[in-house]
Amino acid sequence: MTTATARISRPGHTAARPARSAKSRERAMAWARRAPLLPALIFLIVVTQLPFVVTLFISFLNWNSLSPTKTAFAGLENYVTVLTDPDLRQAIFTTIILTVSVVLASLLIGLGLALLLDKKFLGRGLARTLLIAPFLVVPVAAALIWKHALLNPAYGLVNGILTWIWSLFGNTTPPQLDLLSQAPLMAVIVSLVWQWTPFMMLILLAGLQSRPMDTVEAAQMDGATPWAIFRHLTLPHLRQYLELGGLLGAIYIVQNFDSVFTLTAGGLGTANLPYAIYQTFYYANEYGLASAAGVVVVIGTIIVATFALRTVFSLFKKEAAR
Amino acid sequence: MSTLTPAAPQSSTHASPGSTRARRGKTRMDPTRNNTAAGIAAWLLALLFASPVVWMILTSFHSETDAATNPPSIAANLTLDAYREFFGETSGVSPWPSLINSAAASILSTVLVLVLAIPAAYALSIRPVKKWTDVMFFFLSTKMMPVVAAILPLYLFARTIGALDNIWFLILMYTSMNLPIAVWMMRSFLAEVPEEMLEAAQIDGANLLLILRKVIAPVAMPGIAATALICFIFSWNELLLARVLTGVVAGTAPVFLTGFVSGQGLFLAKVCAAAVVISLPVLFAGFAAQDKLVQGLSLGAVK
Repeated sequence: MTTATARISRPGHTAARPARSAKSRERAMAWARRAPLLPALIFLIVVTQLPFVVTLFISFLNWNSLSPTKTAFAGLENYVTVLTDPDLRQAIFTTIILTVSVVLASLLIGLGLALLLDKKFLGRGLARTLLIAPFLVVPVAAALIWKHALLNPAYGLVNGILTWIWSLFGNTTPPQLDLLSQAPLMAVIVSLVWQWTPFMMLILLAGLQSRPMDTVEAAQMDGATPWAIFRHLTLPHLRQYLELGGLLGAIYIVQNFDSVFTLTAGGLGTANLPYAIYQTFYYANEYGLASAAGVVVVIGTIIVATFALRTVFSLFKKEAAR
Repeated sequence: MSTLTPAAPQSSTHASPGSTRARRGKTRMDPTRNNTAAGIAAWLLALLFASPVVWMILTSFHSETDAATNPPSIAANLTLDAYREFFGETSGVSPWPSLINSAAASILSTVLVLVLAIPAAYALSIRPVKKWTDVMFFFLSTKMMPVVAAILPLYLFARTIGALDNIWFLILMYTSMNLPIAVWMMRSFLAEVPEEMLEAAQIDGANLLLILRKVIAPVAMPGIAATALICFIFSWNELLLARVLTGVVAGTAPVFLTGFVSGQGLFLAKVCAAAVVISLPVLFAGFAAQDKLVQGLSLGAVK
C-alpha cells in the first residue's frame, strides 16, 4: 500500500497549481487508475452476482415450470423441503462425506509424494510429469475410463489384474470386485482422489521448495532425526500450504458434478448437491426447490471459503511484503 | 525443539570450519542413500498413478475384442480401428462439431479473459488503485460461488433471449468463470516487473505504450502465456454449464463424451480413443504450463 500512495502524490505538479484544479486533477487521476479495472469488475458483477440474486429470489417461490399457473410466494417452504426431503438431505450428507474424504486422502497421499519428489533422484522431472498426468485428463474422460476401463466388473483392468495374479498361482476363481454397484460412492471417491492428488502434490511441493534450507541443514548437523526435522521444521512451514490445498480442493470438490454424473448418474446414494440440484431443475423442473438447494450450497461454501480466503490472504500478505 | 535451534550449529561453523565440512560430508551421505529409496518409491507411485492413463492409451490402440478381455491382453496387436470408429468412419457420428465448439469456446473465451484481465491486473499491480486488496478479494469470492447456485437464472435468461444452444453465450460464461483466476495470476506476474525499471523509463520520458511494450511485456509475457493455457484447460474441461446451456448445435467435447456414459462393453476401445483425443489438448497445454500450473491453480497465492 505504501508504494501505491507514494506514486499517487507527485509533489512538483500539484503544489504549483490552485487548490481546486489540483483536486479535480487528482480525481481525474484516480479515475484514470480505475478505468482499466472497470470492464472486468462490471462484467463479473453482471454475470456472477446478479444471477445469484435471482436464485435467492426464486428460492422463495413455489415454482414448477410444468405447472406455471401455480407460481406463488412460498416463504421458507423450499428450505424446509431441502432440509427434510430424504433425497436432498442424503445429497447434503453425500456432499460432506465425498468432500471430506477426497480432500483428506488426496492431501495425505499428495504430502507423501511431495516429500519424495522434494529429494533429488534419477528421472525426477519425468516422474513428476507422470504424476501430474491424472490431473490433466479431461474430468469426464477420466470418469469414463474409471467406469469402463478400470472398474468394469467383467473386463476392467482392476479385475483383470486380480485374475492375472491369481492365475499365476494356478487359481481359476479369483476374487472379482464390483465397486460401481456394491460401493458406488467409494468408486467416485477413488477416482476423485486419483485426480486430485497431483493438485495437492504440486502445491505442497511448491511449499517444500520454498522452505529455508539453512535451518534444516543446521538441524541435520545437530543430529536431528528425519522425523524430528519433519515434525518440527517441515510441518509447521507446510501448514499454510496444507490449509490452502485442502480449502481450494474442498471448494472445487464440493462443486463436483462430472464424476457423479458419469460414474453413477447419482444412483445408490451418490448424488451430491450439485447433481441433485441439476436433476431438480433440469428433470423435475422444480425451480424454487432447486434454487433453495443452491442457496444452501452457497452458505456451505461461504463457511469453507471464509477460511480459504484467510489462508490465501496470509500467503498473499507475505508475498506483498516481499 | 531446543536441539533444532539454528544458533548452535552456526556458532560451531565459526569455531571450526574444518570439522563442519567433515560433518557436512557425513550428513550428505544419509540423504543420498535415502534418495535412492525415495526415488524408487516415487517412481513406483508415479507409475501407479499414471497407469490408468497408460492403460487408456494402450486400450485405445486395441481392437474391441482385445480390449474387453479378462485377464487384460497387454501384448495384443495394435490397430487404429478405435480411432476410425471414433471419428465416425463407420458409425457416421462425427465428433468434429463438438471438438470445434470446444476449441471455439476455449480459445475465444481465453482471448476475452486476457482482454479484460490484463488491464485489470495492471490497475491492481503496476498503478494500483486504492484498496486494491479489497478488489482482489472480491474477484476471488466470485470464484468461490458454486456454479449450481447461479445456473438456473442463467438458463432461464438464455432461454428468454433465445441464447440456448448458442456457443457465444457459453463463451461469455467461460469468460466469467476464468476471469477471477486470470486476474489473480496476472497480478502476481505483473508485480514481478521491477519498480526501478518502470521509474527509469518514466524519467527517460517514455510514454505508456512504450513502457508497456519495452518494460512490462518482456517480464510478463511467460506469465500471460501460462494464464492463457490454464484458462484454456478450464474451459475445455467444463461440463455442467455446457450440458445445461448447449444442446445439438453448440455441444462441446465433454458433452459429446457423456454420450458414452452408458456405453456398451463392446465399445471400450472407442471410449478410450475418445478420451485420448479429447484429453490431448489439455495434456499438451498442461505439460507446457507445468511450472506455472501451481500458481494458477492456487490463484497466484503460491509460487
